[in-house]
Amino acid sequence: MLEVHHIFKTYEGKPLLNDISLKVDTGETICLLGASGSGKSTLLRIIAGLEESESGYISFNEQDLTATPAHLRDFGLVFQDYALFPHLNVHANVAFGLKMRRLAQGEIAERVANSLDLVDLSGFENRRVTELSGGEQQRVALARALATRPRLLMFDEPLGALDRTLREDLLNELRMILHRTNIPAIYVTHDQEEAFAIADRVLILHNGEIVREGTPADVWTDPGSAFVAGFLGLGNIVEGKIRGKRKDGRWEVAGVPGVFSVSCEHKHQEGDNVHLLARPLPVEGEVSAITGVVTDVVFQQDRFKVTLDNGLYVYLQIAPKAGEEIEVRIKVECLA
Amino acid sequence: MQQIINHGDTETRRNQGISVSPWFVRIGLWLIPLSFLVVAFFYPLSRILALTLDPKTLTPQNLLHASDVVLFTFYQAALSTLLTLLLGLPAAYLFARYDFPGKSLLRALTAVPFMLPTVVVAAGFSALLGPRGLVHTFFPLSSFPFIGTLWAILVAHVFYNTTIIIRVVGNALASLDPKLEAAARSLGADSFHVWWNVILPILRPALLASSVLVFLFDFTSFGVILLLGGSQFATLEVEIYLRVLRLPNLPLAALLSIIQLICTLIISLIYTRIVTRSTIQTAPRSAESNIRKPKTLREKILVTAFAILLASFFLLPLSALPLRSFFRLEADRGQRGEVQYGFTTDYYRELFINRRGSVFYVPPIRATANSLGYAGATVLLSLLLGFPAAFALAKPTRLERILDPLIMLPLGSSAVMLGLGFIISYGAWLVSPLLVPFAHTLVALPFVIRTLQPAIASIPERLRQAAASLGASPLEVWKNIDLPILRRATLAEATFAFTISLGEFGATLLISRPEYPTIPVAIERFLSQPGGLNYGQAMAMATILMLLTVASILFIERFRLPGSGEF
Repeated sequence: MLEVHHIFKTYEGKPLLNDISLKVDTGETICLLGASGSGKSTLLRIIAGLEESESGYISFNEQDLTATPAHLRDFGLVFQDYALFPHLNVHANVAFGLKMRRLAQGEIAERVANSLDLVDLSGFENRRVTELSGGEQQRVALARALATRPRLLMFDEPLGALDRTLREDLLNELRMILHRTNIPAIYVTHDQEEAFAIADRVLILHNGEIVREGTPADVWTDPGSAFVAGFLGLGNIVEGKIRGKRKDGRWEVAGVPGVFSVSCEHKHQEGDNVHLLARPLPVEGEVSAITGVVTDVVFQQDRFKVTLDNGLYVYLQIAPKAGEEIEVRIKVECLA
Repeated sequence: MQQIINHGDTETRRNQGISVSPWFVRIGLWLIPLSFLVVAFFYPLSRILALTLDPKTLTPQNLLHASDVVLFTFYQAALSTLLTLLLGLPAAYLFARYDFPGKSLLRALTAVPFMLPTVVVAAGFSALLGPRGLVHTFFPLSSFPFIGTLWAILVAHVFYNTTIIIRVVGNALASLDPKLEAAARSLGADSFHVWWNVILPILRPALLASSVLVFLFDFTSFGVILLLGGSQFATLEVEIYLRVLRLPNLPLAALLSIIQLICTLIISLIYTRIVTRSTIQTAPRSAESNIRKPKTLREKILVTAFAILLASFFLLPLSALPLRSFFRLEADRGQRGEVQYGFTTDYYRELFINRRGSVFYVPPIRATANSLGYAGATVLLSLLLGFPAAFALAKPTRLERILDPLIMLPLGSSAVMLGLGFIISYGAWLVSPLLVPFAHTLVALPFVIRTLQPAIASIPERLRQAAASLGASPLEVWKNIDLPILRRATLAEATFAFTISLGEFGATLLISRPEYPTIPVAIERFLSQPGGLNYGQAMAMATILMLLTVASILFIERFRLPGSGEF
């Protein structure tokens, strides 16, 4: 399947992609998650053959694609602003790739109908694409990419321009279509909810490097670094200093909000600076108790986000009063 | 002077929320500009029309002659448009896709001719390639006949209008979403199909619109055809002029004028249709840039070579003119054997001397004073007439929608025709130098209104409301909101009218009195006289006119409203 080997790319002298390697298997959807400017779209364009890397190569089924121009790679591409051809109607947009492949008229008509059916847009054939809503335009773009039956589908922030409800609906549809067609897919986004909802595997890109890779659940439970934890918004990131090892094997770490005992497998020494992740949801068991005065309470549908005077925030079921001193038992992890 | 075609869709959006003045105010606003138009345009037009429809005018002989002239006019305009596309399209691509040193300067250079008076361009090509020009003098062997050939006309037209293609097609190309190309490629389109099935169809409206616009300008061109081609190239404009002044036949001139008016109106209508239709299906604009530096060696060579070609095409005639005005290359008059080649300021000095037997009854430099005086009067008159009309049009009602095309109608008529109308209607008044600013105002007014109107309409009612809510009285609102915004537009428009008046050639040639020549008329007369001194003075005068025009352009650039359009 698709393999990306040691891709390097600089932009205005600075490294944009620094030795990127990855793999996508049959039927798998991977998600490149990163902030804007992290190089994820550039990587996509390099895979598509629209841009050249400075070193490294792309292969598909063990075949090196360096010499294969974009139009012969047979990779479908869906953009954030759809990139529908404004001078063609819905039918002609979807048929574009099929015409380029010189398929017979009957075959083209059948495949266009199938693709439009797949994205729930049957009957839209003769509409102008400029008259469609954003969601409809994105469905056309998807149908256009699907119609050629590409061996790989790539999505560049495909839902970025749509509002929240529409995004969720389309995301569900997209997941089902990807499962049904079994086409391997690379999905690029900066939105972690989107990434976690659609990906079999998430790759987090930062400063041109893949800083974390794994299933959504893996990444969620073990972000592995302060950057990833912060980027995913998993909780409070606290800087601390190792005070020493306790008898039970746990480290004692002093941070701004207090002293925590943390179990971790990293090798630490006394005096090391570490990052801690304090998950905001109170739990039982191996936990730290923190106390603080409530400074802010925000209602968030099924919970209250409570900010304390030591800078930490926690999620509570019952709203405390501002100014009240409370104790919360939360889990604190070491991020190294 | 050929200028501005306004893309009228921007105003309508901005009008929302502007309160409409009562009917008597609007009638009052219209009174002065409309009376002017009736006197200066519609009455003369009706006289021309009456003359045309006279059975004695519509003879088979006249009609046959007219059809010959029409055919040739179409022929040269079509040929010019094709050649303009030939240079303009690669240039548009160069500017839209590549980044190279000196790019903005080169782009500005290509736009300069468009603003220059036709006499200056004609004088420039004459100074470069004419029989008394630099190439002929210094490289007599490589010299070729140019002035007086169809090529001279075509090249001058390309020189004038390439900037339209560069701007219109170039802008469309630059704003084309690069993702469309990427999408097409990922769907299996090779370079040819990307261009043929995606880029060209999307550019088609821009291509069509710019071609029609160029065609219109070539169709109505007068100065360069008369001065560079000569009277044997009888286009409608030139033939009208000939039939008024050289081989008088006013009925034939009237007939040709009406045909010309109908043709330009039809071409303008086609243009408007293309522009309005294309706004519906414009591609979504993209913030992403298409522009990049040339990468491969082949690209670098092509980009450099083409940039140099463009630069020399636009720079050579423009620099040949001032150069030639300071160099004596031949005997002044009848001096045999004692000719001194080299630097001279004689041509400029001679402008201040009133020689007996010279072309004028006054020192030629007086033409400069006349031109400046006429230009000043044109500025006053066009602002006086333009402001009320622009105010009324900024808040259009049904009245304005009816009157708007009437106000713009003079745009469709040629300058020579305006002159003809004045002669037929007010022949006895021709002694009065007042007629010239009237004619110039008629030419400038549509432009003045078209550019003031969006400036007025663009002041959102919310700004005034915000100012009022902050405690400004109506007077203070006008003083602090409307006035500062309009001041820039007014200054720009005044300069614009000034520039149009300075360079106006067609109408002035017909109606100016011999003792009150303007600069363009003086240049034409110098050029049509024998002798090196006359030629040198034409060069000197044209250089002065070029400097005045360029100074005005720079002034306009400073005061142009941000985002108020390219031309």
